[in-house]
Amino acid sequence: MSRKAFTRLAAPLIHLPEPDLDTDQIIPARFLTTTRREGLGPFLFYDRRYGTDGTPRPDFPLRPLERHGCAFLLAGHNFGCGSSREHAVWALLEAGVRAVISTRLADIFRGNALRNGLLAIELPPAQVLRLARCAGQEVLIDLLEREMRLPDGERIPFAIDPFARYAMLRGADELDLLLELIPEIERHEREREAEHA
Amino acid sequence: MRLSLFEKIWRAHQVRPPALGAPAVLSIDLHLVHEVTSPQAFAELARRGLKVRRPERTLATLDHATPTSPADAQGRPPFADEACRAQAEKLIENCADHGIELLGFGSGRRGIVHVIAPELGLTQPGMTIVCGDSHTSTHGAFGALAFGIGSSEVAQVLATQCLFRHKPKSLRIELRGRLRPGISAKDLALALIHRFGTDGGTGHVVEFSGEAVRALSMEARMTLCNMAIEMGAPSALIAPDETTFGWIEGRPRAPKGEAFARACARWQQLQSDPEAVFDRELSFDAGTVGHRISFGTDPAQNAGLDEPLPQPEGGKLRRAYEYMGLEPGKPLRDTPIDYVFIGSCTNGRLEDLREAAKVLAGRRIAPGVRMLVVPGSEQVKRAAEEEGLHRIFLAAGGEWREPGCSMCIAMNGDVVPPGKRCVSTSNRNFEGRQGPGARTLLASPAVAAASAVAGCLTDPIALQVEAAA
Ligand code: SF4
Repeated sequence: MSRKAFTRLAAPLIHLPEPDLDTDQIIPARFLTTTRREGLGPFLFYDRRYGTDGTPRPDFPLRPLERHGCAFLLAGHNFGCGSSREHAVWALLEAGVRAVISTRLADIFRGNALRNGLLAIELPPAQVLRLARCAGQEVLIDLLEREMRLPDGERIPFAIDPFARYAMLRGADELDLLLELIPEIERHEREREAEHA
Repeated sequence: MRLSLFEKIWRAHQVRPPALGAPAVLSIDLHLVHEVTSPQAFAELARRGLKVRRPERTLATLDHATPTSPADAQGRPPFADEACRAQAEKLIENCADHGIELLGFGSGRRGIVHVIAPELGLTQPGMTIVCGDSHTSTHGAFGALAFGIGSSEVAQVLATQCLFRHKPKSLRIELRGRLRPGISAKDLALALIHRFGTDGGTGHVVEFSGEAVRALSMEARMTLCNMAIEMGAPSALIAPDETTFGWIEGRPRAPKGEAFARACARWQQLQSDPEAVFDRELSFDAGTVGHRISFGTDPAQNAGLDEPLPQPEGGKLRRAYEYMGLEPGKPLRDTPIDYVFIGSCTNGRLEDLREAAKVLAGRRIAPGVRMLVVPGSEQVKRAAEEEGLHRIFLAAGGEWREPGCSMCIAMNGDVVPPGKRCVSTSNRNFEGRQGPGARTLLASPAVAAASAVAGCLTDPIALQVEAAA
């Protein structure tokens, strides 16, 4: 279900330095009682953006997202840990987040993100610190060149899994690729079943 | 050969090795499905005109958003709202359309995915098991390679019974010594997460080995593997042994007679070779572990009952204290509590309920405390009732509920109100996990039960001392 990602995009950088922001923070479980992927954007970080009485919390820095319609998220260490809910990625994308950058992204979250065309980038701490100084400013991410460009012209290269990059650039789809392998899958299953008979 | 257990399972399931930058293709033996993370996957199949390829390798149940109060006079489950009901109905419809077995209402076998597959004997050593749920690591207790997946991957497994997978790294954690009497696998899991951090296992399959693991019951092993994801590890593994085989034997879906003997002979091979190489190795003395209770908003923020809580070094812990209404420097013991939740895929099995009942027998929970006891499955519920455990919970003033995830995830109406403290035997103490503003304190069933009686955080021994005084 890969969605085509952008090849180059300039967007403001939102800094959420808090470590271990788990998927329950990204989208609280009570919003998961849906059978659709759409409609989750308004509930992104809901309990961080709103108090238990529903009043907005002005200190939660998602404003650039509301203003520009899209943004990159510079997140704290171990972002996306916890529940496997892909709803977290759907909510981020629907709200306009196009890339998530961190020193560490949790495994299941990172896979879910890339599979949906949400660019997931891990960088060493020094480069994350460098980026943090650009919080609120516009940075450019170039997926073809695998680099970020900061407002002062500095370039930060990033690594990305070549398979995910290929899928994102082409809009190629893991499920389609797997379906092409059905004969090979069948052969493997027959062999294993014979072994266990 | 010098292969790890993980490597052996991986190789047996690799349909195709990684090639040209593409990850390996991994074959999946068992796919567990529930109502919350599957509807979008079935919709994707419908959009593409695809059918479920191996429905006989797929098992569905209703657990996350299902009510834990009994059905009404017409037999209808009292869903929290229409969205929850619609989600359950969607799964019922999808399973019927695709010929998938659903252990739903009235099946007598419904329950939390990670409780029902093992108790049916479906979870077996050497298998690959996936589910759209991060606590799929639980099944690793049987020596199965099991991990949680997203809904897009749920669609892939439904349609092809395979996944693209980059091979994770391997991490062996040797657990030396023995757990002290009264100390549970939950305490051990919390101690490990405390030591190695919420990302200590990220990117790795963890194999737990050592004397302490061998001594654990299957239920305890499941508790330990269940919590591996809270250390960032998507999968945990414990090599199968006589404890494992004994637990599987005679279960409804386990191989029988000759076939069981053959399976056991095969399962015996599922050990890491003595010279096996791991990407990382760690060691931990299980004999030093005492009761652990979480005090913060991630599972690594946990402490012994009498340890002064640590001073915050960063904003994260400060925020956690504020959220939890706790202060650094003070110990957790005697902290007043409002709710107790005994259940979940971590601690909702028969052995867990027995632990809690042992503490609660002949006692009453403190005035003002509300205690929910939620069995992990209908089977667990029946077994507990045969032993009379439910009478102990009810006599203590607790609520004995229908099975489901309940207050672990608070999707079904079982919610902890804002600002209230809940001692919970579940696995996540994230902000809002048990309801907006709810304050979760993760603990073992014994500590949860003792705290229910005292009305504040305590352990079973302190309760005894008090009774004797
Ligand atoms: S009991 Fe809790 S952790 Fe386990 S499957 Fe249900 S919601 Fe997830």
